[in-house]
This record gives sequence, C-alpha cells and structure tokens, in this order.
Amino acid sequence: MDFNFQDPFTSIGELLRGLLLGWGLAPGLVSLILMLLGALVLAGFAMTLAGVFLTWLDRKLAARIQDRLGPNRVGPFGIFQPIADAIKLITKEDIIPEGAERAIFKLAPMLAVMSAVGIWAVVPFAPRLIGTDLNVGVLYIVAVGAIGTLSIMMGGMASNNKYAMLGAFRTVAQMVAYEIPMVIALLVPTMLAGTMGVGGIVEAQRGGWFIVLAPVATLLFFVSAMAEAGRAPFDLLEAESEIVAGYNVEYSGMKFGMFYVAEFLHGVTIAALTATLFLGGWLGPGAQQFPLLGLVYFAIKTAFVYLVISLIRFSMPRIRIDHLLAFNWKLLTPLALAAVIVTAIADKLAPALGWNRAVVHLTANILLAWATFEALRAYARGIRQRVEVQPAAVETGGAD
Amino acid sequence: MEQWAFVALLLPVALMIAALPMAIQRLIAPRKPNAMKLSTYECGIETVGDTWVQFKVQYYIFALIFVIFDIEAVFLFPWAVAYGKLALYMVLEGVMFILILAAGLVYLWRKGALEWI
Amino acid sequence: MTLVQILFLLFGLVTLLASLMVVTSPKLVHAAFWLILALAGVAALFILLEATFLAVVQVVVYIGAIAILIIFAVMLTRRVMHDTGPQVNRSWWVALLVSLVLFGGLVLMLAQVPALAGTPAPLMVDQETLLEDLGRALVDADRYVLPFELASVLLMASMIGAIFVARPPSGSEERSGER
Repeated sequence: MDFNFQDPFTSIGELLRGLLLGWGLAPGLVSLILMLLGALVLAGFAMTLAGVFLTWLDRKLAARIQDRLGPNRVGPFGIFQPIADAIKLITKEDIIPEGAERAIFKLAPMLAVMSAVGIWAVVPFAPRLIGTDLNVGVLYIVAVGAIGTLSIMMGGMASNNKYAMLGAFRTVAQMVAYEIPMVIALLVPTMLAGTMGVGGIVEAQRGGWFIVLAPVATLLFFVSAMAEAGRAPFDLLEAESEIVAGYNVEYSGMKFGMFYVAEFLHGVTIAALTATLFLGGWLGPGAQQFPLLGLVYFAIKTAFVYLVISLIRFSMPRIRIDHLLAFNWKLLTPLALAAVIVTAIADKLAPALGWNRAVVHLTANILLAWATFEALRAYARGIRQRVEVQPAAVETGGAD
Repeated sequence: MEQWAFVALLLPVALMIAALPMAIQRLIAPRKPNAMKLSTYECGIETVGDTWVQFKVQYYIFALIFVIFDIEAVFLFPWAVAYGKLALYMVLEGVMFILILAAGLVYLWRKGALEWI
Repeated sequence: MTLVQILFLLFGLVTLLASLMVVTSPKLVHAAFWLILALAGVAALFILLEATFLAVVQVVVYIGAIAILIIFAVMLTRRVMHDTGPQVNRSWWVALLVSLVLFGGLVLMLAQVPALAGTPAPLMVDQETLLEDLGRALVDADRYVLPFELASVLLMASMIGAIFVARPPSGSEERSGER
C-alpha cells in the first residue's frame, strides 16, 4: 500500500490497520486498538497544547499587552516556562485539608479535565479526520460541558471551606446561567444545517460560513461560551482579589494544575467550536483534495478566535456578579430566543420572496441587531433621565 | 452505537491522563503534614464558626429557571434538526413554543425573580 | 455473552449500586453525588438501547441541571454537612420482606408477558433520520403537536408557580419600590 501524500491521515490509518491485521488479530479488536490509539493521541495532544503551549502564550501575551516582558529566562523566549511550572507543581506537597471529602476532592480535577478533553471527540480537524461524527454532536458538546460545571461544584463542596463553597456556588450560578443562551444559539446552526452532527454542520457551510448567515447567533454563542468557560471579563469565579481563587482555594500541586489546564483547554475548545460551527471549520480553497490543508485552515481559524478571546481578556475590566446575571437573563436569553425565531421565519420566507438565502438571513439579523440596539438605547435613556431628574429634586429640596 | 465506542474510550483515557500527574505527585512529593497545614484556609486567620454559610434562596431560583429553559432548549433540538423539511405551520408551532416560554420569562422579569440581591 | 450483554450488566450493576448508596448514605451530600453516578449509569443504558438522543438529553438535563438543582436544594436545608442519624429504624426486616415479595411478584408477572420473555427485537428506526423523524413528529398535526405545546404551557406554569412560592415576602417588595 503506497503512501498517499494527498491524504496522509487515512493512509496512516490503513497502514496501521494492515499491520495489526497482519499480526492475526480479529478485525473488531483491531478497530478497538486503533480507536484507543486515536483517543490517546487526541487526549495527549489536547493536554500538551493546553498545558504547555497555551499557558506560555497566555503569559507572554498578557505581558506584552501590559508593557512588560513576561517569562524569558527558561529557554528561548521563556518557552520552557510551563514545563518548569509543571515540575514545581508536581514536587509540591499534596495537602488535603482535614474534613474534606477525600474521594470527591480527588475526583473533581479529573472530571474537569475529562470534560474539556471529551469535547474534542466530535471536532472535525480535516475532511476525514474526526474522532467520531456523532449524530447528536452538538448536544453531546453541551452534555460534556455540563459535566465540567458539575466538577467545579464538586471541587468547591468537597473542600470543607466556606469560601470554596461560596465560590463554587457563584461559579455554578454563572456557568449555568450562560449555558442557556449558548444552547439556544446552537439551535441556529442546527437549523441551517439540518443536522446535529458537527461534521454535517461543517459540510453545510460550503455555501457560506454561518457567521455570514447568522452573525447574531455567532456573537451570542461566542459571548456565552466565553462566560461559561469563566474567561475574563467574566472571571469573577477566580478573582484573587475577591474570594481568594474561589472554588480551588484548597487545591495545591497537580490537582490545582489539572484545574488550571482544564480551564485553558476549555478556552481553546471554545475557540475551536466557534471556528467549526460558525467559521467553516476546515473549509477553504483546496481543502477537499488536500486534507492537510483543511487541518491548517482549522488551526488558523481556531488560533484567530483564541487570540480574539485573549485580547478581550486582557483589555476589559471584570464584570460584577449582579451585572453578569442581569446581562444574561435580561439581554442574552431574550436575544437568543429572538434570534431563533427570526432565523426560523426568515429561512422559510426566503423562497417566498425569491431572494438569495444569505441575503435574507443577513437582513433579518441586521434588523434584529438594530432593534436590540434601539431597545438598549431607550433603556439607557430611561436611566439617564431618572438620574438627571433626581439631582434637580435634591437641589430644590435643599434650597430652603 | 459504534460511534460511541470512541467516546467510551476517550473519556476514561482523559481521566487517566489527568490522574497520571496526580499519581506522580503522590509518589515524589514530600509529605510532612502538621495541624497548621491541614487546617482550612480563611484569609490567614483561624476559622470562625461552622463550615456552612447561609444559603441564599436566589441560587436555587436561578437553578430552577435554568432547568426550565434547559428542558425547553432540548425540546427544540429535534424541531431544529427537522427544520429543513417542515412546512410553515410546523415552524410556527415551534415559534409558539418559544413564545409561550418567553412569556414566562417576561413574568419572571416583572416579578423581580431575576434580581441578584 | 455478547459485548452488549456484558456492558448492560456492568452499567445496570453500577446504576443499582449507586441508587442503593443514594438511599443509604448518612450524609446528604454523598447521597447527591451517588445520584449523579446513578443518572450517568442510566445515560449509558440509553446508549446501549440505541436511544442516543435520550442519552445526551439525560446528561444535559438530569446531570447538568436537575442534579445541580438537587444539590442546591440540599444546601438550603440546615445541618447538611452533618450526619443525619441512623438510616434504618427497628422494623427494617419487615420492609425488606415486603419489598422482596413485591419484587418476586413483579418478576413473575413480567415473565408471563411474551414480548419480554426473549431477547427484544432491534429498534425499527432508521438511525440516519431518527432525529428528523422525531422533530417532524413533534410538530405534525396528526401526531404529537398537542403534547408539544402542552409541554411548553406546563413548563411556563412550573416557572410561574415556583416563583410565586419561592419569591421573597412582600415586605421586601415595598423596600425595593422606594427606588
């Protein structure tokens, strides 16, 4: 079997399969072993990417934006800094506070990592390179994300610490609140693609990326996913100045390291999901014949979205919890519901009006965004009038 | 169902990959417990009172609202998948589903259940 | 014993043991976490039954929403971290006897149903269009549109009812009306 350079992934798969079958193993077992190898590669790649590369990138980027240098001692440009950090964390004493529930305390960081890695099973890297194209891919992503929320709750409650519990509850309240606009916004690509499978959604974007067809839904998903992952400006969960690192205050050593890595992995997973569901995943010129090119496109789009997330993180102040929740329940959820309704009606109107489908959707989204802005302006005007009337009343009251 | 075999393999692999550094730490890290280290952290001072805080009912209300909207979103997924092949009146039935729940949200808003106090 | 049978026994055993631990755990917090394991076992059983949509819905709604709600509700009660006393009272053997008799009776009755006596037939649905058929059935005028809309009314009613019961007393409403 000659190596097909145009499609290296399938060729490697065939090579390995031929090798294992040649050793005399049953075909079912061979598939199982190949899947296990794939799972190991995927999990290892995800952990290495998040743990080693992204933490370095995060610190360097933060430093440069804040007009300082960042890590630059350990290796060229400080690239080995995360490895030094990992060694430090591993050699720290593993302290489990007295009164903590030991089993749950140890399980929580593992579940957090499992939740972040599990999402990568349905992300299509290239035309024929996907862990498994589940027919319920989108809901599977939501389900595995929910396990992550649960792991934080477990970590906080198992710590036998008031502040950890408070932090865990606030974290869960925030994550759970922002899950709603995220899930409802995910209805839009499902509607436009006619399938919940992520591979199918990418294929359906050949005619046009969904960011063009549904910009409101893209923005909604992007913002809610950022808030659900606990990235700034929604990072009240781990605000060191407020509730002392929240749910992971009692965690030290590698358990804390696992929470930390899981958080970064969650961040890049959101970037990958936005790129896949709304920016066309591996689609691009020439991606069909050269799957490697598809992988490159996917990586570029994910990196771009991740850079946008990081830039937002280092530029904006933290949002207070009551503003956070009001923003979600009073703006994002109604907007998400409206976006679904508008998309549903617009797509059925498109053949009736005879316009191009993309134009109809874009117009409908622009109208929806304009209506939202007008509503927000009216609300702000109301607040301003109230504030301006009150000082006048105080003046006349204090005049006599 | 064979699709799920990969998931059934990936999730335990992820758990193991997370458990590995934790296990390594147990092997090579020092272990010198003393009462000070094992006590719970409370901003550097001694813990005051029971490890249980007055739980605001607001948390529960938000979780409840979340459950309702979660179920609604899950109901809408099959409708969204079949959307491409639905007639207009079927689409409007789904829209009505959403509007009924939006009315509920408006009620919550006006009753002040969405405040975090 | 096929692989599916082994997996079924395994997941069924896990679910049963977890449910047993739910009702016998002295600490409520432990019971809540065992419940999560039981729900996850049920989700795995759904996958074995080829009901993949129900399996992910189980995880999203039950584990991701209802389990969290239950934990919050447990936290609302006092003394949650403490031991809640012995789990059985003096007449536990009577309860055990009655439940065993009931279980035996149920098994005998169910064994006489012909459809359950042998291995059930595989699902008569096409996995490719499963979700689409479900979606269409939910809004088809001849099929399930009425339960679909009634479900939304029921959800709205539960929202309104819960807030009506749980909202702060009217004293605080006067205070917030001052603004």
